[in-house]
Amino acid sequence: MSLLRVENLSLWFGGVRAVDGVSFAVEKGEVFTIIGPNGAGKTTVINMISRLLAPRGGAIEFDGRDLLSVPAHGVIGRGIARTFQNLELFEHATVMQNLLLGRHAHRTTGLVSELLFLPRVRAAEREHRERVETVIDFLDLHRHRDSMVAGLPYGVRKIVELGRALAAAPRLLLLDEPAAGLNPEETEDLAFWIEDMVADLGITILMVEHDLALVNEVSDRVLVMNQGQAIAHGAPAEVQRDPKVIEAYLGA
Amino acid sequence: MRYVFKTSHDQDIDLLRHKSDWGWYAALIALLAAAPALLPAYYVGELAFVFVLAIASVGLMLLTGFTGLVSLGHGAFLLIGAYIEAHALRAGLPLPVSLALATLGTGAVGILLGLPALRLTGLYLAIATLAFSGIVEHLFAHWKFLSAGETFLTVPNPRLGGVRFGSGPGYYYLALALLAGTVLVCLNLLRSPTGRAFIALRDSPIAAETLGVALARTKTMAFALSAAIGGLAGALYAHKISTLTAESFNVLLSLELLMMVVVGGLGSIKGAVLGAVFLGLLDPAIARFKDYLPPAIGAQSGLQLALYGLILVFFVLFEPLGLAGRWAKIKAYFQAFPIYRRAMFKRTKAYMTSERMR
Ligand SMILES: Nc1ncnc2c1ncn2[C@@H]1O[C@H](COP(=O)(O)OP(=O)(O)OP(=O)(O)O)[C@@H](O)[C@H]1O
Ligand SMILES: [Mg+2]
Repeated sequence: MSLLRVENLSLWFGGVRAVDGVSFAVEKGEVFTIIGPNGAGKTTVINMISRLLAPRGGAIEFDGRDLLSVPAHGVIGRGIARTFQNLELFEHATVMQNLLLGRHAHRTTGLVSELLFLPRVRAAEREHRERVETVIDFLDLHRHRDSMVAGLPYGVRKIVELGRALAAAPRLLLLDEPAAGLNPEETEDLAFWIEDMVADLGITILMVEHDLALVNEVSDRVLVMNQGQAIAHGAPAEVQRDPKVIEAYLGA
Repeated sequence: MRYVFKTSHDQDIDLLRHKSDWGWYAALIALLAAAPALLPAYYVGELAFVFVLAIASVGLMLLTGFTGLVSLGHGAFLLIGAYIEAHALRAGLPLPVSLALATLGTGAVGILLGLPALRLTGLYLAIATLAFSGIVEHLFAHWKFLSAGETFLTVPNPRLGGVRFGSGPGYYYLALALLAGTVLVCLNLLRSPTGRAFIALRDSPIAAETLGVALARTKTMAFALSAAIGGLAGALYAHKISTLTAESFNVLLSLELLMMVVVGGLGSIKGAVLGAVFLGLLDPAIARFKDYLPPAIGAQSGLQLALYGLILVFFVLFEPLGLAGRWAKIKAYFQAFPIYRRAMFKRTKAYMTSERMR
């Protein structure tokens, strides 16, 4: 059974058919990438999976269960974390606080015990920090642990956002253009991390990306979108030879 | 700069990071505890009032500084707390019960106000809270049921174990203890998941939601907590003024509270307290300097408001991190001396949404 199944999904913004009858399935343990020219509807698909946008029609199933009945704040509880194309970090908080917010879905304490900071709150905090520390190790964020996000360079912020999603220990990770704005070295690091996340952490990845070199390097399968529709689908190299895909890119 | 070599998570969790901080805070508490023996009664009373304002300021900081929801009507929560306190004491209830009722009752009202706030942010929320405070003030001024039919509702001076807590040293210690308790509870919250959810809501509601923060619930919780603390401050405020009229809690009080959190530095509990101290000093200063101004200016009734406005603008433009930010910079200057550089606190370029890369 596929981990994520998207069936005939569509969403229109006024007259714009941002997503128009898209279907695909992501298998457990793969890196599935959506590519396509600007405005193709890639981000809109991601936003519908994370329930920030309600589709006009279609179905989304995660792990065999309907996802469209879950509210946006419940998606992460099902095991789906994400990053944003335009970074949505908590700017006036430290990197540590941002990463700890990645643990929010795993919180075990209630308001009253937190106000009193009972011993079990401290114990839970220690455990969250323990988990966050493994993410910091994985992404090599030690230097920035106590820095304010607002003062960090763009490349580091992208990594912090990735770390925040990882701290949630998701089963499916949605990455919206993770390499955008990264320099070549950072992109190379990203490729390694993606491979390690899949191989070592057992995470499945659904990614939107423009950097075709990266796409070819890490993706198992690629879906090409254009003007809201899925126009091709298959292995990276195979898809890029498809005349429809070449036309979509040149015609854009 | 002082670097701490961290060997355990507790070092990050604990409220005081350095050993020397313990000494400073112990000294401060000792000094404040000794104040009634050292200062004339008038100043003790003024200091106690600053504590009361600081409690309210900390409560508003939770809402405005940490959750990013601006309230221009926080005075209404103090009003409600004050009236609950007065009615409870007049009904013969003991002080701890009346304080608890004022806190919890006002918190419940906060939930009600939180409901419309779920859909509003920024300026619209500020206007809605302003309207709310206007309505509350009007209700208490004209609805006999709420004011016990009296324009001036007297507040009994409660006695507990032979000590009067509505005035004198009893009041001072009560206010000090409740301020310390409020600060501690808020700091606890901010090092826990719920407090972090407040910050998340302030900086990026969308990201917060995808991380599992239920926006409506969290906003309501912030309103309720902030209102409850406001109610507690209001209960103490009632004893300070000892006869209640709804007009004592007009929009000027709400504005003063908002000023405390902005001047103190949004997003800092220490700032909330500093802001209250600043305002506690400012009012007597304005009263004194009025005499030195030419009568044409000094006698203007709007002088105080105009000055408040000027101070707000000054802080927003030149010291957006407020007194707490200034304090941090001064501390860093001395710790780094003599290698402090001017650029150390130069504001780094922030990425605005519009200039982010696609
Ligand atoms: N909130 C919105 N309101 C109206 N139109 C929107 C909205 N969001 C997206 N669109 C439109 O929907 C279409 C698809 O947008 P989307 O952001 O999904 O594209 P994309 O494939 O992610 O593009 P890019 O590569 O530039 O990120 C575009 O035409 C866009 O203008
Ligand atoms: Mg996009």
